[in-house]
Amino acid sequence: MADTTAIRMPQDLLEGPVGKPMSYWQLVWWRLRRDKVTLGAASVIVMILLAAVLAPYLTAYEPFQGSIRKRLLAIGSPGHILGTDEQGRDMLTRLLYGGRMSLTVGVTPVCVALLVGATLGILAGFAGKRVNMVIMRTMDIFYAFPSVLLAIAISGALGAGIGNTIVALSIVFTPPITRIAESVTTQVRAWEFMEAARASGAGALAIIRHHMLANVLAPIFVYASTLVSVSVILASGLSFLGLGASPPAPEWGLMLNTLRQSIYVNAWVPALPGVMIFITSMSFNLLSDGLRDAMDVRL
Amino acid sequence: MGAHGAILQVKGLQKYFPVRAGLFQTVQAQVKAVDGVSFHVQRGEILGVVGESGCGKSTLARLIQRLIEPDAGEVHFNAENILRIPQTALKPFYRQVQMVFQDPYSSLNPRLNIEDAVAFNARVHGDSRSVARTKAWEVLQKVGLRAEQFGRRYPHELSGGQRQRVNIARALVLQPTLVILDEPVSSLDKSVQAQVLNLLQQLKDDLGLTYLFISHDLHVIEYLSDRVLVMYLGQVVEVGSAEDVSTNPMHPYTQALFASTPTMNPDDRLDHPPLTGDPPNPINPPSGCRFRTRCPHAMAVCATATPPLLPRGENGRQVACYLYDHQTQTGSSRPSVP
Repeated sequence: MADTTAIRMPQDLLEGPVGKPMSYWQLVWWRLRRDKVTLGAASVIVMILLAAVLAPYLTAYEPFQGSIRKRLLAIGSPGHILGTDEQGRDMLTRLLYGGRMSLTVGVTPVCVALLVGATLGILAGFAGKRVNMVIMRTMDIFYAFPSVLLAIAISGALGAGIGNTIVALSIVFTPPITRIAESVTTQVRAWEFMEAARASGAGALAIIRHHMLANVLAPIFVYASTLVSVSVILASGLSFLGLGASPPAPEWGLMLNTLRQSIYVNAWVPALPGVMIFITSMSFNLLSDGLRDAMDVRL
Repeated sequence: MGAHGAILQVKGLQKYFPVRAGLFQTVQAQVKAVDGVSFHVQRGEILGVVGESGCGKSTLARLIQRLIEPDAGEVHFNAENILRIPQTALKPFYRQVQMVFQDPYSSLNPRLNIEDAVAFNARVHGDSRSVARTKAWEVLQKVGLRAEQFGRRYPHELSGGQRQRVNIARALVLQPTLVILDEPVSSLDKSVQAQVLNLLQQLKDDLGLTYLFISHDLHVIEYLSDRVLVMYLGQVVEVGSAEDVSTNPMHPYTQALFASTPTMNPDDRLDHPPLTGDPPNPINPPSGCRFRTRCPHAMAVCATATPPLLPRGENGRQVACYLYDHQTQTGSSRPSVP
């Protein structure tokens, strides 16, 4: 994929501000504030989040109640601004409530994988060769499977349901994060300031806390943020296949499945959940890109 | 000059690194990085350790600092064998012996500002945050970095020379007695080198420190050291006072080293380099004297056994070379460099 940073970043973002000394995180925040695309993506996500949380106040309809008489109304129909689905439920309501589920299933697995993966990876990078080998080769086993297939397989084994989807996706995302964490930890360990910290007489825990974590967590976090957009899509995909949420839950992937047949009746309404998945995933993608650019400061 | 009153005494220090290869990563060979090194450092002096890259100087520094565990030998600091101390009980030792590292760019944590980086050492040894910060400010002042101006800065906002000063400050904040300096000025420009060297000299006088100064640069060693120790391929080949060794190098390797340093005087230009080739592989060093493959005076006896480091001449001079086996104590004719 072509490197688009040269097109997006104006020159002054590549250096820091002149003047008072900034810590790394202050520098990151300063750069983020100036990046229009990232700010845009972040506001979209905030809007989706707010809409999902405040859904009861934004619509008068219930997501599970529908009237068969009103099924598959077009977009812009009076009273139903985004139309209705095949059971007559208001689309806008279902999309807003669906945001809750999709955001949860998008973000939670990555958080869990981040916790587990970072711990395992840092442990593997810091401990001796044997521990490292055990952890990394176990992760390699999971790496042998393409992530979609692995997610389907685990989901299928665990059964349908949002909780199982979260578990399945956490398992899928842990090996890549572990790998990144181990690699970064090994690199940071080789820097001389780590030797200097040992030469000061500090114990391993103090060294990890004061010296290693700050340097190691940033790249891991950046990588994990790129996984959120993948997680949203994978979760929707699993629901589409019937392995995630079950009807009548208003989950976007599931809505795509149930609305599939109705394309011939009303072409645009079935596309709406897809549009939401796209917007959400794309926003997380752009946000993580911007985060990576802001955090990749040449110190 | 005997080893009495020596703050640091090293005897027969040895470190071999295993080379693992093959399917099961079995040990195929050993890199003999440090092979039987013995010397002592007097209180208040600067001992300069000089040698080519790969001769084991940095490994030696890390062995003494116990960042690497030696395979054999003894290290006595203040008459106590520090190798007997378990890793967990080493804190008091680290209070007394500190190290200044070579690369100013990677030896400072990029996420910590200067005062925190220096104060970390103090906090490790039990000082509270404010006490540690005060100590950090004091020592930063001593190395010429004003705390108000530089304290909150980050390493990427400092030049190489300034970062190295921070390194020195970090080593000194615990008020150690012995400071091991592993090529502290090798990464700096010449002008900055001079400033840092002068600073080191001044700090030593003001704070009563002892230095073990490692470098591959002969001029730097000559400038700063009281005594000089020359290493080759993991072994000591010559020891003596800086004046003696620089005006009258005895070991052929030392002679070649001093003859190799470039001068600005075009009349001193040599036709042939005094020392050719690369040092042999430390995995499989030559039998007997390790320098014999490059030595212009190699004899048959040099291949039999490693020449022991024996006293020659006065002033604590020691040389490991068979050329001086038949010389008297006061030293008669010595071979000169062609």
